[in-house]
Amino acid sequence: MTDRDQPFRFYTATYLTRVGNQQATSISGLCEGIRNCSDASIFYHTYQSLSRDQFLTDGFSNGFAQWTLAACNRPELAEELAAIDIREHVNLAALRGDLCRIVSAYCQVHPREAEQTAPEPFHFLESVEVTVPLGAEARTLAEFREALERLSRAAFHYHFITSRLRLQLRTNDFSLWFSAALGLEGLARLANRIDIYTNTLESAQRKLVALVERELGR
Amino acid sequence: MSTPTISTPRMIHLDDYAPIVGAPEIAELRALAGRLQARTVQMVNSTAVGGGVAEILNRAVPLLQELGLSVRWEVITGGIDFFQITKAFHNALHGGGYEMGPESFEVFLAYNEQNRARLALDAEFVFIHDPQPAALINARRDHDQHWIWRCHVDLSRPNMKVWQFLEPYVRRYDCAIFSSPGFARRLSIPQFLFYPSIDPLSEKNYELDPAFIQGVLEHFQIDPKRPVLTQISRFDRLKDPVGVVRSYQMVKRYADCQLVLAGGGANDDPESEAVLAEVRDVAGHDPDIHILDLPPWSPLEINALQRGSTIIVQKSLHEGFGLTVTEALWKKKPVVASAVGGIPTQVIHKHTGLLAYSVEGTAYHIRFLLANPASAQKLGEQGHGYIRENFLITSNTKRYLTLLRHLLNSASPFPHNGTACPVVS
Repeated sequence: MTDRDQPFRFYTATYLTRVGNQQATSISGLCEGIRNCSDASIFYHTYQSLSRDQFLTDGFSNGFAQWTLAACNRPELAEELAAIDIREHVNLAALRGDLCRIVSAYCQVHPREAEQTAPEPFHFLESVEVTVPLGAEARTLAEFREALERLSRAAFHYHFITSRLRLQLRTNDFSLWFSAALGLEGLARLANRIDIYTNTLESAQRKLVALVERELGR
Repeated sequence: MSTPTISTPRMIHLDDYAPIVGAPEIAELRALAGRLQARTVQMVNSTAVGGGVAEILNRAVPLLQELGLSVRWEVITGGIDFFQITKAFHNALHGGGYEMGPESFEVFLAYNEQNRARLALDAEFVFIHDPQPAALINARRDHDQHWIWRCHVDLSRPNMKVWQFLEPYVRRYDCAIFSSPGFARRLSIPQFLFYPSIDPLSEKNYELDPAFIQGVLEHFQIDPKRPVLTQISRFDRLKDPVGVVRSYQMVKRYADCQLVLAGGGANDDPESEAVLAEVRDVAGHDPDIHILDLPPWSPLEINALQRGSTIIVQKSLHEGFGLTVTEALWKKKPVVASAVGGIPTQVIHKHTGLLAYSVEGTAYHIRFLLANPASAQKLGEQGHGYIRENFLITSNTKRYLTLLRHLLNSASPFPHNGTACPVVS
């Protein structure tokens, strides 16, 4: 069987939030915590927060940035942390490295602020993923569109955002299938350009439906 | 004068939630439940009616059953002495003192043992809610069951005498569930976060006819045409009703408004009577302050008062999760609330509401919202979205299903500390 014969199989992922024993009460503590916390914790505060707080398109998109602003009142650091784009990283180690670099640099330049105790601690939480097949599959673009319209936000998040970690590529499940199974390179590229930071999951999903419809109309 | 009436809702089914959360979310619940068909689950708590846990189980158990799981709900029994002790446990676990003698622990264990003998705790998944039945873990069979302790209590600063007694039992569970990261403790077993939830189709939360809302406001002599600030809570010092009146008085210097303080508990709680008297004293003879001492079960009145309000206030000094805030946000109301307990989990400052730290701050935020109705509306709408995503009963059901699947997927149950706990025979 070649890639061209492969149907797109739809899955969803749901998450448990695990409460660890690790927390930070200052920016230097946050730096230490980011260095030592589990990959599941980095995932929770970056990838999963994009799903959890997805309607807040004008808020900061990751938990580290939110806490730095809300509890520590350090907008300059919060902005830098929020500017990290998970699409630029193909694994959590690289993402952690970037987070560490930014917070360490801040601690070096602002040692006094970095030691100030925040009124609310930062809890390092972890994601525990459970993946479930939805039983739907598509062999053509028309079938794909039909299934996409009925897809939950969690399933869309799984295929469009967290897929990057699975694939270890700078793309998503949908684009990969458009390209490998249907030979639709243009659609694959346009889908991958939908901005997950300025869209909600719902609006990103609607944009993808529109792109697919346009392709079908050609 | 009698309160306006509304017809009783019919039996609620899973598909009734589709217009609220979307059909794909309901389909996802069914997909999650697929591998769990006919799996046996027991929920065990200490009361069938009254209290937040019973309210949640009343709605969650039928939904899990409809999804194909075989769920039984058991309620433990005990004498007055047992419930006096567990009430003292509750207060002590929230950080209060514990004056009872060591014999109270024996009484607690004796009642747990009595219930262990009475109940067949043989399900594959046994959820024990709160400390009252915690020692039922002694009924655990070794390998073919999963025992989960669902703690609805804030354990961040417990009285150590009580906690040190309970902890050896808690350690024998496969995992524990808390309502907020800040409520958890360092434990040797995995701890998960399940936010409390509200049911959008319950009497306290479902949509109401505007005429009914107006009828309730008029019944309580509240003018629906002028701004209404409302705090719904027991008359308890920790809810700071006096602080709410003082904030209102500061606002009133600049903006026309009315204040509603609606709650209950005055009849069976001597402290609440004293608090009510203090509130009346501070309120003076202001005809725009409405102090409503509601009967304990008044869901429709509370629903109508929340929906008829311009701004909802929750100026607590100490709070659990704060489900009254969840209810207000669900109703798209702008909320001004204290940054305590579980409130900051729900109120993201300037996104889903406004957080305050003082009487003055509360007053300032209220004035801002009264003067900027567009901002108030945006906060209310974003708050509604946040609750829909995270704090509805459908999300809670999803968490239960996810946990069950996770436990099934695990090669073996979480390794638990096998420290022996005393068994009273």
